[in-house]
Amino acid sequence: MTAIEIKTLIDESLPQAVIQVVEDASPQGLELEPHFLVETMLFLHSHPQLYFDSLSCITGMDNGAELEELEVIYNLYSLPNDIHLMTKVKLEKKNPVVDSLTGIWRTADWHEREVYDLFGIHFNQHPDLRRILLPADWEGHPLRKDYKEQSYYRGIEVKY
Amino acid sequence: MANQIQYIFDNENLNRSEPAKFSSDDLQRDEMIINIGPQHPSTHGVLRLEVVTKGEQIVEVVPHLGYLHRCFEKHAENLPYNQVLPFVDRMDYLAAMNSEHAYVMGVERMLGIENDIPARVEYIRVLVAELNRLASHFLALGSYGMDLGAVTGFFWMMRDREHILRLLEWVSGARMLYNYIWVGGLFYDLPVGFEERCMEFVQYLKPKIKELEELVIQNQIFIQRTAKVGVLSADLAINYGITGPMLRGSGLAYDLRKVDGYSVYSELEFDVPVGKGEMGELGDCWDRTWVRVKECYESIKIIEQCLNRLKGEHQRTKSFDPRAAVPKKIRPKAQDLYIRAENPKGETGFYFRADGKSDVPFRCKARGASFVNLSIINELSKGGLIADLIAVIGSIDIVLGEVDR
Repeated sequence: MTAIEIKTLIDESLPQAVIQVVEDASPQGLELEPHFLVETMLFLHSHPQLYFDSLSCITGMDNGAELEELEVIYNLYSLPNDIHLMTKVKLEKKNPVVDSLTGIWRTADWHEREVYDLFGIHFNQHPDLRRILLPADWEGHPLRKDYKEQSYYRGIEVKY
Repeated sequence: MANQIQYIFDNENLNRSEPAKFSSDDLQRDEMIINIGPQHPSTHGVLRLEVVTKGEQIVEVVPHLGYLHRCFEKHAENLPYNQVLPFVDRMDYLAAMNSEHAYVMGVERMLGIENDIPARVEYIRVLVAELNRLASHFLALGSYGMDLGAVTGFFWMMRDREHILRLLEWVSGARMLYNYIWVGGLFYDLPVGFEERCMEFVQYLKPKIKELEELVIQNQIFIQRTAKVGVLSADLAINYGITGPMLRGSGLAYDLRKVDGYSVYSELEFDVPVGKGEMGELGDCWDRTWVRVKECYESIKIIEQCLNRLKGEHQRTKSFDPRAAVPKKIRPKAQDLYIRAENPKGETGFYFRADGKSDVPFRCKARGASFVNLSIINELSKGGLIADLIAVIGSIDIVLGEVDR
């Protein structure tokens, strides 16, 4: 099933959820409206023709200085139907907030913590949003393109 | 420089950098907090577990990660595609060939040269990846036995793993971190005589796995420590994103080598062993271990087929150049790509974004199988005993290099 067919399926019940189809991606993807993220994902998770029961990967992305936006990319896979789908939401860099998907896929817990840790994207309704890879008292979110590392951590020079 | 203070010590440093989730105020009557790790042999690396217990029983397990975080993704943003490869090795350092294979497939697909790779190269890739899978499973099985008190199995497995590491050293020059599979080809062709030696080794290996099976896996003490412990249902496993032998131990025949049939796996014959709950319940620690043992036999099958074809229809010729398809400049056009492959631990994935203007990936995210598999530890060990927690960690088969990246 292609991304365009999936979009038509979503449009029937959630007309405002999909912004556009992302063509230059493999697997093909959909850009979603952040406000309807949880509803759309729940739809994708439970629709019998799709049944995306597995969330493979959540990727954070900083689109650079000019665009001033962050992205969160979800790679879904349906085991019974063998369908891949990439979905993404774009967030403002000033106040990046998106709803958590831990209610649908438990695996989202650690993936979202990692995205929070490295990009500073806040996930609403996340049960335990702490830093996961970096120390709790680390300053900044390193994978942002405008990240400046702190000069010292406990007297150790931080040089990249 | 030598006289400079390098680290400012403070008693509160640990609490500031990695604060415990629970404090003594949160505890109920009879409960206590036990800290296991980061320096503890049974956590298989630098994993720290904060365990809330009620007597011997576990109430909650909170893993603290990041002690081996080496900023893979930050490095990858600053290096050309081919120079990221050594960093990929260092993620899952017990199965570096498999991670390399996944990464290289992704870059080749982005460049659109995936069909130009010579068949001999593909067979060598699968051959070394399966050898590495054996090495990884051997370490998992051996150290799992040792976690539960069976030391002999560990020595036997390390002995046979050493043979594999020497074979791979002969191929690539390195024991564990190979940088052998290149984008578009290989570092070198197989050394002369490798096929014969490897075939000899595989014949030697078959009875050795049988020996381990009889010594450890079918051992009554081992069965009692692992059967009905850490039971994982297939539904919960999928919801947690669990892949690899853990998911197959829960009874689902889901192997990306079969599902995707990437590289030349679709041309090879092998089975996907799944857990059956023979010794206890479906999806317990024993099932997961048993699946790993059976996978060793399947890997041997694949290696034999690869060797036969490397000696037969795809044999070495004077003119064969494993670097013939290696691109001079790796500059994929602007796109997003997610690639996945079956590692010994599960699904290893890479999410690439290329901007089409540079040789450096705009973003390269690694999805570590161990990272995702470890996230279920609380669910598996809750309600069990502390001794069972050790059994559960071993059966997940984590490698901290991939958890922390």
